[in-house]
This record gives sequence, structure tokens and C-alpha cells, in this order.
Amino acid sequence: METKKQDVRIGFYVCHCGHNIASMVDCPAVAKYAEKLPGVVLSRDYKYMCSDPGQELIAQDIREHKLNRVVVASCSPLLHEHTFRGATEKGGLNPFYFHMVNIREHNSWVHTDREEATAKAKDLTRAAVERVAHHRALEVKKVPIHPDVLVVGGGIAGIHAAMTLAKAGKKVYLVEREPSIGGHMAKFDKTFPTLDCAACILTPKMSEVGAHKNITLWTYSDVIKMDGYVGNYTVTVKRKPRYINEDLCTGCQECISSCVFKEPKFADEFNENLGKRKPVYIPFPQATPQVVLIDPDVCLNFKRGVLTDKCKKTCVEACGEKKAIDFKQTEKLEEIKVGTIIVATGFKTFEAERIPQYGYGRYPNVYTALEIERLVNASGPTAGDVVMRNGQHPKSIGIIHCVGSRDKKTNRWCSRVCCMYSMKLAHLLKEHTEAEIYNFYIDMRTPGKGYEEFYDKLLTEGVHFVRGRVGEVTDWAFTPEEEGKLVIRVEDTLAGYVRRIPVDMVVLSTGLEPHTDSQDVRRLFNMSCGSEGFFLERHPKLAPVNTFTDGIYLAGCCQGPKDIPDTVAQAGAAAAEAMVLIDKGFVEQEPNTAFILETECSGCKSCIPLCPYSAITFVEERKTATINEALCKGCGTCVGACPSGSIVQNLFEDEEIFSEIEGVLVQ
Amino acid sequence: MSNEWTPRIVAFFCNWCTYTASDLAGVSRLKYPSNARIIRVMCSGRIDPQFILEALAKGADGVLIGGCHPNDCHYVEGNYKMLRRFRLLHRMLKDMGIETERVRLEWISAAEGEKLKTVMFDMVDKVRKLGPLSLPGKFKDWDKEMDTLEHAVEAQQGREVAHAH
Repeated sequence: METKKQDVRIGFYVCHCGHNIASMVDCPAVAKYAEKLPGVVLSRDYKYMCSDPGQELIAQDIREHKLNRVVVASCSPLLHEHTFRGATEKGGLNPFYFHMVNIREHNSWVHTDREEATAKAKDLTRAAVERVAHHRALEVKKVPIHPDVLVVGGGIAGIHAAMTLAKAGKKVYLVEREPSIGGHMAKFDKTFPTLDCAACILTPKMSEVGAHKNITLWTYSDVIKMDGYVGNYTVTVKRKPRYINEDLCTGCQECISSCVFKEPKFADEFNENLGKRKPVYIPFPQATPQVVLIDPDVCLNFKRGVLTDKCKKTCVEACGEKKAIDFKQTEKLEEIKVGTIIVATGFKTFEAERIPQYGYGRYPNVYTALEIERLVNASGPTAGDVVMRNGQHPKSIGIIHCVGSRDKKTNRWCSRVCCMYSMKLAHLLKEHTEAEIYNFYIDMRTPGKGYEEFYDKLLTEGVHFVRGRVGEVTDWAFTPEEEGKLVIRVEDTLAGYVRRIPVDMVVLSTGLEPHTDSQDVRRLFNMSCGSEGFFLERHPKLAPVNTFTDGIYLAGCCQGPKDIPDTVAQAGAAAAEAMVLIDKGFVEQEPNTAFILETECSGCKSCIPLCPYSAITFVEERKTATINEALCKGCGTCVGACPSGSIVQNLFEDEEIFSEIEGVLVQ
Repeated sequence: MSNEWTPRIVAFFCNWCTYTASDLAGVSRLKYPSNARIIRVMCSGRIDPQFILEALAKGADGVLIGGCHPNDCHYVEGNYKMLRRFRLLHRMLKDMGIETERVRLEWISAAEGEKLKTVMFDMVDKVRKLGPLSLPGKFKDWDKEMDTLEHAVEAQQGREVAHAH
């Protein structure tokens, strides 16, 4: 298979990419230049190399002109290297006799001088031509895929992904940080634009998850470690103690009613701290699993989280024969093996305190949208009665859009759901209180099926829409009518003057943000983040649920703000991507691993501690190092450090890179 | 293209962060000078100091290395290994009389297309101020000097030998 350098027959192709490359790079000139380079027997420029005829051209030329190397100058190899390797293989060559030159993303799209861009394209072409002569035929390594899947996050995204996989017969571990699955959606009252009751559509799915034989559900648990590689991940999950044996608890909640605290006394996180709960509690009536938990920070049997055993323990009495309460429970580590992972860790809402001029935290009657979701909810802290913190019912309500969205001072992005949920809340608040309702918006953004129609409907419901970003919310009254009210100061940009609108209640439509610990999660799963902190997809259009790490997929708002329909669609896509690998049974890995030239190796052992995967070991008998190909992931760190040059990285051999260096510099 | 001298820069970018950032810069249509020629490696840890020296020896005026931010390396810690070598290489360059600003290491994540652009501008600007390195030309000069020296020594030795006889 090896070809001597003088026998190299290179076919060179430069792609116009329509006007994308051709407008800045003189493609025919590059093709003409390449003709004279050593080893090049054929040089063409073509409008779209990635098109079917373009690929066919390569395959045909390989056969007709007996080419044994192919170079294509077009877009990024991260986009189409795979395509052209395929075309090379189709022509009967080993796919690794191909090399790609990036003259679009790295050249025509970023430069403004046609002559300079063309010169750069020529330099890169020469480098590739010199490099490809050193290429060798390589075998693709097949790695088996463990069929189990880990889904991280039990919101609607994680639930849907887990259910899809479980229904297809795959074993799923669903890990959720909170005591119950359901995520943000479980807190919502209705969903836009259909006004379906969120609980009615979500809770059946939740109990399905809880009951499915293919799903292992671990709530109140964190993923703390991930090792391995695509198809073979080892994941460690920390299961926090809930002081209840999940297998023995039947969810009868006798312990809650018999707790020594007769009345609920502690802030209820699920109800956005608007309600109260006891030290032993269940987050919400439909919580899945239907298992209570004990909060050691407030339970009398603990002091500052440490067991003292000084309480009367009426809960244990009430539990009786079931013996589900276990105050001695400690955190437990579980290690699981999975082949693929779906990350669906969701979002957090913007902290409204960060915009002090809106008065959240200062004026009791300023609420966040999520608090209103709980207030209007029949199973919320007030059983659906919209009563303010001062005990009164609001007669006028102002809803301020874009709080922590589209704002250079906080978050620049549009959170996509706030316009719609603000209108939904306007509708629900109108229904519950018959108050005058004002929406303050910058632009109304209602792209989605039935969304614009929902907006139209709201316009006929007597809800006021004022276009303008609110300057401030104040209790400083100028007139008797403003006395005792919250005054919203806003420039009405349609009417063209500054207005002061007194209201009883203010709702802040807070935007969506990445979780505060999203950077830790990103590191845990070896992913990337965009500049705003949401996890980065491999390609926004071509691989929207894949990450840069094979076998790890994204679903839901951890990838960017989105509504429930988009989240569910994305979760389905992530599940499908995971199934692609599982059903195929193996993954083809880039053969860019390293190996040791045993005759050259002096046995100095410099490389051994450098390998992050412990793939290099020392063979005593031979006094040389050896690399386990299955463990090597192809970073090449050992190659760069070997003092005797006796480690070779496939696809990135020293000769290949040196010839590339020489190629870009020769003039 | 103007005839004014402009620096030639060889860039070694890791596949996962900085190479992807350059792709992002392209997709975002950011504009930056065309001086750098990018060579892709899987990890900045693959970059052998010899690559950098070779680039300078073959006529580059500067070398730019791009890797993932600390703690973000796709291969756990290849970028730290690069950093180690880079520090050592800087000392060596100083001893060789080469301005250390010519060899630059930057952490540019896959999301930092903007940073890539800024670094490109800054790098070109700094190297332009330093002027051409032209090591290949210097090698020729030095070879010539060595030759002259050798000839002189040989001639002297010849005279001494003749004298002794």
C-alpha cells in the first residue's frame, strides 16, 4: 500500500462554494498554481465540490487518472472532511489519502483583500500538497457502544428523552438534582398558546417515567464524575440522603401530618418561597417519585444538619411498620456504565434583584413571573387566589417584559419565551382578578405555531400594551391617585411621551440564564459553552443536539432558551441520536492514535506521566514504552514530548507537519 | 497587495478550541489580517517546540499557538504541557537573540471568535513593529561567515605547517 514519494499522483480540487470562496479567492488561479506543484497530476476548480457531481468528480478522477492522493481546498474540515474522505474511498483509495484545505472559514470569509486571500490560499494549498504525499493508509477503529444511556436532568427535556429511549427498549438512568422530576414545567400553571394545564400534560409523563421498567430514576442526586469515552463512559452519581428509604416509603404522607411542627413553618422552595412547608415534606402533590424527604437544616432531630436524635420522632411513629424513615442515611455513591449521555440540565431564571430600579426585593408587591405562576396555580400556596404580600387583591397590574433579556447591562440575548408567557400570565391574571393589565414591551416576539394568533386574542381581551422599556418602578407618588401604588415610569414610544402608570402589582418577566454551575457541568462532560454560558452544540444547523464530545448530546434550555414544544422536539432528537449509536452497536473512531517505534525508543519513560489516559506503559522485557491503542485518544502530547522522536501520531506525523510548515513558508 | 513588508505568521491551533474559534470567526464574517497560515493539530500538547523553531528557521516572522483555556482541554491537560514547553522555549529564544514576542501562546475557546480576531490584529501589529526575522537569510550570512573563518584558519594552519618544515 505504501507509495514512494516519486510515485505520488495528487489530484487537487479548489471549490468556489458559489460565491462564498470565489468572490474573495481567485480559484482558477489557485488551480493553475497547484498544477505545477510536485506530485500534482490533475488540478481543477469546481463550483460546489461537496455536491454529488463534485464528489463523483473526485471518485471518477481517481479511477481515470490513477490518482493516489486527493486534496480539496474548500470549507472547514470540521464540516466536510468526512464527505471528501467518503468520495476518496468511493474512488477506490484509502480515505486517509485525503487532505483538506480550509479556504472559506479561515480565508475568504475573514479577509478583504482578494490578492492577499488568493496568496494565502496558494500557500495553504502548497502545504497540503506537500503534506498529503506523506499520508499513509489507515484503518478505522471500531469501538463497541454500551447500550445504556444516562440522562442528566429531569425537566421536560430529560423526561421526554428518557421516555423515548425507554419505549425503544433502551435502559436509561435518569438523574435529577431536585427531590422530584418535573423541572420548571411542573411549576407552571398553564402553557401557551393552547392554555393546556401544565400539570395535566406533564404529570402523566412523570409517573410514566417513575413506573417504567427500563428507567432507573435517581432524584436528589448529582453526577459528580465522568470517565471514559464514547460508548464506554463510567459515571459516578452522588445520591444525597433524603433520610427516607425510597423503597419502603409509600407516599402516604402520614409522617408529614404527624410531624412535631403542627403548622408548616419553613419557606417552600417549590412555591418560590411564597408558601410554607414542614421539615418532612413532599415538594408538590404530584412529585415523582412519591417519596417524602427530610430537611436536616430545620428538622428537630438534627442540629445544623448533624443528627442529635433529640426529637420525639412522631413521624417515625406514624410511619409505623413501614419503617421508611432512616435518620442515619448517608450520601451514597453509585458507579454506572453507559454508552451515551444526554445533558438536559435546563436553565435558571434571571435574578430580578440585579435590576434594582425595578424594585424587586424592595417593594413587596413586585413579583417575578415564576412567582405569579405559583400564585395563579390551583395547587399553589394560595390555591389560585391572587393575593399580594400585603393581603390585598390587585386591581391593576403591570407586566414588564425583557427583564434580564435584550439588555447590554445584563444579558444580551432574547429569552424567547417571555413575550408569550407574559401574555399568558396577562390572560390568567385577568381571568383570576379582573384587574386592569398593562404589558410593557420592547418588541412583541411571537414566532411559533398559534403564537401570533394568541397575541391577537389578547389584544381583544382588553389588556393594554405599551411599547417602551420601563425606566423604573417607584413608590414616590406625584399625585393623589399614585398614593400607595407602585408607579411604572416608561417612555411610551408609540405615543411619544413619558408616562407614569400607577399599579397595585408589578410582574417582572425574567429571562432565562445558564445555571450558575453550568461551567462545572461543562467541564464534567467535556463540553464547550458559548460566550453567554449555554452549552455549545456541534453545529447550529447540521448537528444541533451533538456536542464536540462524541456520545454526549444536548436537550432543552441548557443549550439555549426555548419553549416547551422546541424543548420536547430537541429531546426527541437527542434520544434519536443516542439510538443511532446504540443500534449501530459500534462507533468508528478517527485513527489518529499514537504508536511507538520500538526500535527507536530508548526507554526514557518521559512519555508515561504525560498521558492523561494512562495509555502508555513500560514493557520491562523490551525496555521500551508501549501504547494501548484502545485507550489512546489521539491528542499527541506524548509525540510532542518524545526526546528521541520515536512516537508517531497517525494523521499528524512529524513529517506531515514539518512538510506543512515548509509548505506554507516556501516562496 | 502592497509592496510594504508584512509579517509571515505560522499558527498552530488545536482542533477543539482555537481551530473551531477560527471557524466561528469565519461564520461570523469577522475580518482580520491575512498574515497567519493556520496548521491544525488535535491538541496544543502535540506541538513540538521543533515545529516552532522550524517555522522560524524556514522564514516565519512569528508563531502563534492557540489552545483551550486552562481546565478546558479536550484531552484534560495537553494545554498545560504546551505551556510548560512554551516557557522553556521562551528562555531559549531569548538566549538565541530572538524577541520572545514573536512566539505567542493564546487560550482561545471555541466560542471566542472575537478574541481570535483581536489576537490576530495584535500579533500582526506587534511582529510588524519588530520587523522581519529573516532567519533563512541570516543562516546564509552565518554560513558565509563560518566559511570565511574556516578558510582563514585553514590558510593559517597551512602556513604554520609550511613554516615547521
